[in-house]
Amino acid sequence: MAGGRMLRNRMLLLALALLACCLAYLFTGVKGSWEFALMFRGQKLAALLLAGTAQAVAAVLFQTITGNRLLTPSIMGFDALYILLLSGMVFAMGAQQFLLLDRQWVMAGSAVLMCGAALALFGAVLRAGRGDLMRMVLTGVVLAVMLRSITSFLQRVIDPNEYAVVQAASYARFSRAETDLVAIAALLCLVALLAAWRMRFRLDVLALGPVAAVSLGEDPQRGQWQALLVISLLVSVSTALVGPVAFFGLLVTALTYLVLPTHRHAVLLPACAMMAGVVLTGGQWVMERVMHLSTPLSVVVEFLGGLVFLALLLKGLKQ
Amino acid sequence: MIEIQSVSHRIGQAQILTDVSLRLERGGVIALAGPNGAGKSTLLSLIARLQPLQQGQIRVDDMQLGQCDDRALARKLAILPQQVNASSRLTVRDLVGFGRYPHHRGRPTAGDRARVEAALAQFDLGPLADRQLETLSGGQRQRAFVAMSYVQDTDFLLLDEPLNNLDLAAARSLMAQLRQLADDQGRTVVIVLHDINYATAYADRIVVLKGGRVVADGAPAETVTAAMLEQVFGTAAPVHSVGGRPVVLV
Repeated sequence: MAGGRMLRNRMLLLALALLACCLAYLFTGVKGSWEFALMFRGQKLAALLLAGTAQAVAAVLFQTITGNRLLTPSIMGFDALYILLLSGMVFAMGAQQFLLLDRQWVMAGSAVLMCGAALALFGAVLRAGRGDLMRMVLTGVVLAVMLRSITSFLQRVIDPNEYAVVQAASYARFSRAETDLVAIAALLCLVALLAAWRMRFRLDVLALGPVAAVSLGEDPQRGQWQALLVISLLVSVSTALVGPVAFFGLLVTALTYLVLPTHRHAVLLPACAMMAGVVLTGGQWVMERVMHLSTPLSVVVEFLGGLVFLALLLKGLKQ
Repeated sequence: MIEIQSVSHRIGQAQILTDVSLRLERGGVIALAGPNGAGKSTLLSLIARLQPLQQGQIRVDDMQLGQCDDRALARKLAILPQQVNASSRLTVRDLVGFGRYPHHRGRPTAGDRARVEAALAQFDLGPLADRQLETLSGGQRQRAFVAMSYVQDTDFLLLDEPLNNLDLAAARSLMAQLRQLADDQGRTVVIVLHDINYATAYADRIVVLKGGRVVADGAPAETVTAAMLEQVFGTAAPVHSVGGRPVVLV
């Protein structure tokens, strides 16, 4: 294949760019103790990379099983669902009890809960909406708004002190990633990524659409369920680490498709993960060291991602 | 052999198929014909397992639909897709290559690649092999889909109204290719056709459905008569025999 070498070269460039971003993030502008700085930054870097990878892979999977390149789990409200579950827990057991719980277990437990809730909710939405992109966009946007409204209702009825516990979780925060959750997040992420990697050839087939997939012996329904499970795990990891983000996944998938024009998930999955790493660590480096935290990265990423969403939406409407 | 046993199907309140039983023997081109809403596409999609069976049974050789391994069935029965996702940026070679997927499950061997190249040549797709699907004309795209189903090496090939949007030349060449698959390779082609003249010209057997039931079944010369058209389509179209084939004057 003629395109094979081009893809390989671009993957290599992407990997180098990621390496450069990571090194820059770790080693530039250290004042004081190197040991402390590297520890501190290493953990933050790991959290950023994990969250980015999770968001990126989840977005690619979601776009493949829904057959479009406009929607991501975040736009459909997966992140909002996670925050809702978290708020629900605080509401049900009270902040005192909640804070006594081991945070690692809370994260693992909410990941499991998330899988069940997402399958129940989004499984039905996807079955009804497949093939009708605009209906899916509308359903997703409405669903996300609904989930956020229920969350803010819950947060309003609970005690203001308890509200403070969930409030921190409800906003995107790349600069204050939850570093103490990195170990458990890495574990969950690894399981989900392995599952996604094993699905890579099947995803290529599922991307062709339901008729071709059935003809080639891949049940689209089963593939969709499995992918939804993986997506739920990944979104709970990323949301727990850096909070909900709306358009980040869309931004990195759009960039990846632009740089690597291929249908093969064996290339797309790792490439998108690397792209997410470049955007997050590179962006965070610029924001921390060049802009001196004057603007949060999440604002910039969401702004750019939002523009991409609008552009793709308008392009999709024209077709 | 595909054996359909007392299959009934409803969508909502509407009864689409009522107690359809059919045996589709191996070999040849079998056309499903009938007026709009007769249930031909539904029947085909049930055989293709695109929809779950509600009542009755369908067996493909010794495999019973709904209970057999999807992957094994994919090496026996292929469905010609009318389109694939436009966003996937597939080239013609990629698409045809997917036809081998049931055999290699993602890891193509040199043999699989050779089959694909041979099919590209055989279907005159060589010069188009590196073009993206979206840049092809309807006829060329259809040819790529046929090549994909061809390399899948299945005994049965199902097609649902593949002539839609094809001009005369593309439609005739597609039908000729299917005819060739049946004659030279011993494949069984089951095809839903809207235009009855294409069915009489290219099919060995025509199964006519009306209101979800089989109302006529047999060789074109036996089934396509003025009386049948009157009864099934409710229109008095004259039928003439041209070169031994019945032709409906429209």
